[in-house]
Amino acid sequence: MKSDPEPLESAPPPRVQRGQAERLIRTWEAPRGWRYWSEVNNSEVGLWYIGATLLFLAFGGVLAVLMRIQLATPDNAFLSADLYNQIFTLHGSVMMVLFAVPIFEAVSVLLLPAMLGARDLPFPRLSAYGFWSFAIGGVFVCGSLFFNIAPRGGWFMYPPLTTSYDGGVGADVWLLGLSFIEVASIAAAVELIVGVLRCRPPGMRINLIPLYAWYILVVAGMILFAFPPLIAGDMLMELERELNWPFFDARRGGDPLLWQHLFWIFGHPEVYIVFLPSVALVAMMVPAFAQRPMAGYSWIVLAAVGTGFLSFGLWVHHMFTTGIPGISLALFSAASKVVAIPTAVQIFCFIATLWGARVVRTVPLLFVFGGFTTFVIGGLTGVMVALVPFNFQAHDTHFIVAHLHSVLIGGTVFPVLAGFYFYYPLATGKYLSDRLGRIAFWLIFVGFNVTFLPMHFTGMRGMVRRIYTYPENIGFDTLNLVSSAGAVFLFAGFATFFWDLLRPKKHAPYAQRNPWKAAGLEWLAEMPAKPWGVRSIPEIDSRYPLWDQANLVRDVDEGRFYLPDAEEGERETILTTVIDARPVQVLRLAGPTFVTVWAAVFTAGLFIFSTFDMWSEAAVSGVLALVTILVWLWTGTSLIPEKTEKSIGLGLTLPLYATDHQPVGWWAMFITMLGDFTGFIGLIFGYFFYWTSRPDFTAHPQGPGVFWPTLALTLALASWLLTMLARRANARNRGPVFQASVLGAGLAAIASSVAMIAGPVVTGLDPETHVYPAIVWVIVLWTAAHLAVGAIMHFYCSARRAAGRLTATYDIDIVCVTLYWHFVAVKVLIAAGVLAGFPVLS
Amino acid sequence: MVSTLFRHATLLLVIAALTGCSGVQSPLDPAGREAEWIAQLFVWMAIGVLVIWLGMIALALLAPHRRPFATARHQTLFIAGGGVVFPVLVLVALIGYGLSGLPGMLAPAAAGGLSLEVSGVQWWWRVRYFAPGLASVETANEIRLPVGTRVDIRLLSEDVIHSFWMPPVAGKLDMIPGRLNRLSVEPTRTGTFRGACAEFCGPSHARMNFTIIVMERGAFDAWLASESRPALDPRDPTAQRGRTAFVERGCGTCHTVRGTESIGRAGPDLTHVGSRHTMAAGTLPLRQDEIQRWITQTELLKPGAHMPAFAVLPDDVVAEIAAYLMQLK
Repeated sequence: MKSDPEPLESAPPPRVQRGQAERLIRTWEAPRGWRYWSEVNNSEVGLWYIGATLLFLAFGGVLAVLMRIQLATPDNAFLSADLYNQIFTLHGSVMMVLFAVPIFEAVSVLLLPAMLGARDLPFPRLSAYGFWSFAIGGVFVCGSLFFNIAPRGGWFMYPPLTTSYDGGVGADVWLLGLSFIEVASIAAAVELIVGVLRCRPPGMRINLIPLYAWYILVVAGMILFAFPPLIAGDMLMELERELNWPFFDARRGGDPLLWQHLFWIFGHPEVYIVFLPSVALVAMMVPAFAQRPMAGYSWIVLAAVGTGFLSFGLWVHHMFTTGIPGISLALFSAASKVVAIPTAVQIFCFIATLWGARVVRTVPLLFVFGGFTTFVIGGLTGVMVALVPFNFQAHDTHFIVAHLHSVLIGGTVFPVLAGFYFYYPLATGKYLSDRLGRIAFWLIFVGFNVTFLPMHFTGMRGMVRRIYTYPENIGFDTLNLVSSAGAVFLFAGFATFFWDLLRPKKHAPYAQRNPWKAAGLEWLAEMPAKPWGVRSIPEIDSRYPLWDQANLVRDVDEGRFYLPDAEEGERETILTTVIDARPVQVLRLAGPTFVTVWAAVFTAGLFIFSTFDMWSEAAVSGVLALVTILVWLWTGTSLIPEKTEKSIGLGLTLPLYATDHQPVGWWAMFITMLGDFTGFIGLIFGYFFYWTSRPDFTAHPQGPGVFWPTLALTLALASWLLTMLARRANARNRGPVFQASVLGAGLAAIASSVAMIAGPVVTGLDPETHVYPAIVWVIVLWTAAHLAVGAIMHFYCSARRAAGRLTATYDIDIVCVTLYWHFVAVKVLIAAGVLAGFPVLS
Repeated sequence: MVSTLFRHATLLLVIAALTGCSGVQSPLDPAGREAEWIAQLFVWMAIGVLVIWLGMIALALLAPHRRPFATARHQTLFIAGGGVVFPVLVLVALIGYGLSGLPGMLAPAAAGGLSLEVSGVQWWWRVRYFAPGLASVETANEIRLPVGTRVDIRLLSEDVIHSFWMPPVAGKLDMIPGRLNRLSVEPTRTGTFRGACAEFCGPSHARMNFTIIVMERGAFDAWLASESRPALDPRDPTAQRGRTAFVERGCGTCHTVRGTESIGRAGPDLTHVGSRHTMAAGTLPLRQDEIQRWITQTELLKPGAHMPAFAVLPDDVVAEIAAYLMQLK
C-alpha cells in the first residue's frame, strides 16, 4: 500500500458532487414525525443525551438550593429531617450518576466521531439503548422524591443503616435504579473505547489522536474497572435487603466495611471519571485560544494515563477514620498526594501553551479560567485532607463539602460550561450569547466563591456534614447565612445559562464555520451541520489537521477523500487499525429502529418492578428484554453484506465484512468481559475480605463440597472446548460437526450451571444463617448465570448457522461467543477453586 | 479580573481572622494534644494553600503577557519544574512533617489507668468509665475527662455506623457494628465543649451530639466517685410522685436509674441525669420545662427517635416525672 495518499488532484464535477451529497443526506438524515425517536445516529442521540443530563443538572441544582434554604438559619423548620435526608441523598446521587458521568458520555457521543472524522460510533444502537436506559432510569430515581420514597441513606449508602435500619423502598430505588444506569454507562464506555481505537481516519496514528480521545480512552477504561465492583456491591446489598443474606450484618458474620471498600473502589476513580473528560474539553479549547499546538502532548497523555492508574490506589482515603492500622493510613495518605503530580503536569502544560500567546478573551476562556481558580483551590485542599492527621478533623465536615464542590464545580462544571459556549455552534449552527455568557459567568463565579469559600471555615468550626439543622450560637450561624446568600447568585447564574441555551434562536444568524479557528476535525462541520458528519473522510498526518494540512476543508467538502458517497444507501464509516490507523474495512452501521427503545423499556421494567417487589411483572419484563435484545442482535448485527468489498475512493478497496483484524464486535465483547470479570473479582475479593477480617468465617466447616463444584468445572471446560471445536468446524464449513458441538456445548453449559447450584443445595447451605453460605451462594449464582447466558449464545449461533446468517466466512457470531467462553472458563475455574478448594486448604 | 481576585483574597483573610477563636465545637480552638497539633498543621497548610493558589492564579493571568519560550527545552523545563519538581518538593516536605505526628497520635495511654467505653446508639451515646479501684460507671451523652491525662476510649456501635468526634480535643473515629476501635486523647485545658456524631446515621443524625467537660484531676475524681453512687431517693413530694410515676408509666423499661427498680437498657442511663448540661444527646438544655416538652413531643424534637412520645400523659404527671429527673444529681 502506498504511504500517505494525497486527495484527488481535482474536484469531481459539480454534478457528481451534488449526486454524492444527495445520496449521503438521504442515507444519514433522521426520520421525520414520531419516527424521529427511532434515530440511533450519534448527532441526534448525543443531543438527547445532553438534554437529559442538563435536566438532571437542573433538578440536582434545585435540590441544592432547597438544602441551602434549610441551612440558612439555625433550627430552621423549612424541611423535615426525612425530606432533607432524601434531598441530600438525591442531590449527591443525581449530580454524580445522572449528571457528571453521563454529561461526558453525552458530549463524547455527540463530538467524538466528528473529532475522529468518523460518521458515527461503531455501535449506534448501543448508544441509543444506553441513552434510553439512562433517561428512564434517571426519571425513575428523581421521580421517587415526589412520592416521598426517595433514597435517604446518603449517596454512599453505608450499611447497616441502609439494610437493617431502613424499611421502605428508597434504598431499593437507589440500588436498582442506579445499577441500571451504571450498566448504561458501561455500554457507553465500550462504545467509546472501540470508537477511539477503530474508527479513526486513515493515517491518524495513535500518537496523532486528539487529546480528547486519549482522555476518553482513559476514562472509559476506568469506568470498566470502577463500576463493576459497585454493581457487585449493589447486588450484595439488594440480596441482604430482599432475601436477608447477611453480607453487612455483623451479628451473622458480615461486615459493613466490605461495602465501604466496594463503594470507594468505585467512588474514588469516579471523581477522576468526571474530572478527566472536562480536562479533555479544556485540552481541546486551550490550543484554539492560544492559536498554537498544546505544549507537552506526551506529558499530558502520560499524566492522564497515570491519573487513571493512581486513582484505583487511593480509595482508602475515604475511610481514614474507620480505624485502619497506622501503616495503611500512612501509605494511602502518601499515595493520595501523589495524584497531585500528574494533575500539576496537566495544569502546567496548559499554562505553557498560553505562555506568550495572543489570547482572545472569549466567554469559553472566561469559564476555563473560573474553573482553573476554583479547581486549584479544591486540589490544594485535597492535598490537605489527604494528610491523615488533618483528615481526622476535616473528614465528614463542611470543609469536605467545600473541598469536593471546588474540585467538581471547578474541575467538571466550569469546563463543561466553557465547552457549551465553545461547541454550541457545532450542535446547532448558532452562537450562544456573549453578553448572557458573561453575566452567567460572573454570577456563577461570585456565587460559587461566596457559597463555598466560607464553608471551609464552617467545617473548621466543627459543623459536620449531612445534618439537617444546627443550634444557634455555636459558631455556625453567620457563615451558613453567607453560604446560602451565595447560593442565590449561583442559582441565578445557572438560570441565565439555561435561558441562553433554550431561548429561541430561530432568527439569529448562523455561526461562521470554525468560529474559533480551531484545528480539530470536528470543525470541518458546516453551519448548520449536515447529518453525514464529514463529507468525505480525510487522510490525516498531523495532530492539528485544520492548521497543518493545506486545503483540507476544501478537499473534504468536494469529496476528494475517502467514502464521499453512499451508493447503496447504507450508513458506513471506515474502520482502521488500532496503532497506525491503516484502513481495513468499511463498517456498515445500523440505522434507525425502535427495537433499542423497547429493549431499554423492558430492561427498565425488570429493575423498576423489582424495586416494588412485583416479581412476576419483573420476570415478564426480563424475558421481554431478553427477547428484544435477541431480535436486535438477529436483525442488526453481523449482517452479511450484498457484496464482499467496495471502492471508497483514492484507489482504495476495502472489504465490507472482515474478521482478520478482530472485528469491532470482538473488541466490544472483550471490553465488556473485562468489566464483567472485574465485577466477579469484586465478589471473590468479598470472600477473602471476610476470611481475613472475620475470625468466624472459616468456622463454618461445611461448604458446597468438592464434588459439585468440580463437576461444574469439568462440564464448563467441556463446553468451552466444544465451543472452540465449533468455531473450527464452522471455519472449515463442516455444518453437522458445528451443530453437534455447539449444541453439545450449550447442553454442557446448562448442566454445569445446574451442577454449580447443586453444590450449596445438596450440602444444605442456608444463606440466611451466616455470611459464609451467603457469599458462596452469590458466587455460585453469578457463575451459573454466566454459564446460562453462554448457553443462550450457543443456541443463538446454532440458529444463525441454520438460518444461513453464520457461515464459514461470515463468522463474527461464533468468534465473539468463543471469546465470551474464554472468560467464562477462567471464571468457573476461579469460582470452583475458591468454593471447593479453599475450605480444604484453610 | 485581578482586582476581583485580590478582593477575594482579602475576604478570605478577614474570614480567617474572624474564625480565630471560634466556638465550642471548633477544631481550631483546641483543648487537646491531638487537636492542638492538627490546628497548627492546619494553619501552616492554609498559608501554603493560599500562597500557592494566588501564585498559580498570577501565573495563569500573566502567562499570555510573557515572551514565548525561547526554545522547546525551556518549555519542557517549565512543565517539568512546575508539574513535577515543585509538587514533589512540597509533598515530600508535607508528608514528612504531617505524618511525623501520626505515631504519637495513635499511641495508646499507659495501661491500668482511666479508660472509657462509648457506644453509639441511634441517636445518643452510652458512656462507661473504667477507673482502677472503681466498679464501671455508666452514664450517657456527656463525656467528662481529666485535664493532662491520656485516656483510651473504646468505641462501639449498637446499631448503625456512627463516628465519635470531640473537635476541640481530637480527631474523629468511627463506631462500626462488629468492630472495636480505640481512640486515645489527652485534654490540655479545662472547659466545656460540644462533640458530635460525624457519620450520617439516620433521620436524627443532626440530633446526636454531646457535652464534653474537661476538669481538673481532683474535681474529676470527685465527680466520678459521686457518679458511681446510686440515685438518692427524692425528698420533695412532687419528685416523689414523679419517681412513682416514672416506674408506673413504664419509663424504667428502657431507662436505668441505679438504686431503683428501673433497670432498662434500651435508652440512656438516667441515674444522675440532673447533673448533666444537656439532654436528648445535646438536643435540649437540661431544664424542667424542656424535659416535659421532650416527654410529650419526642418525635418533633428528634425525628425518628425510638422513644415514643407520651403525649397522653396528664400534664401534672409529666411535670412530676420531670421534677424527679431534675433532682437526680
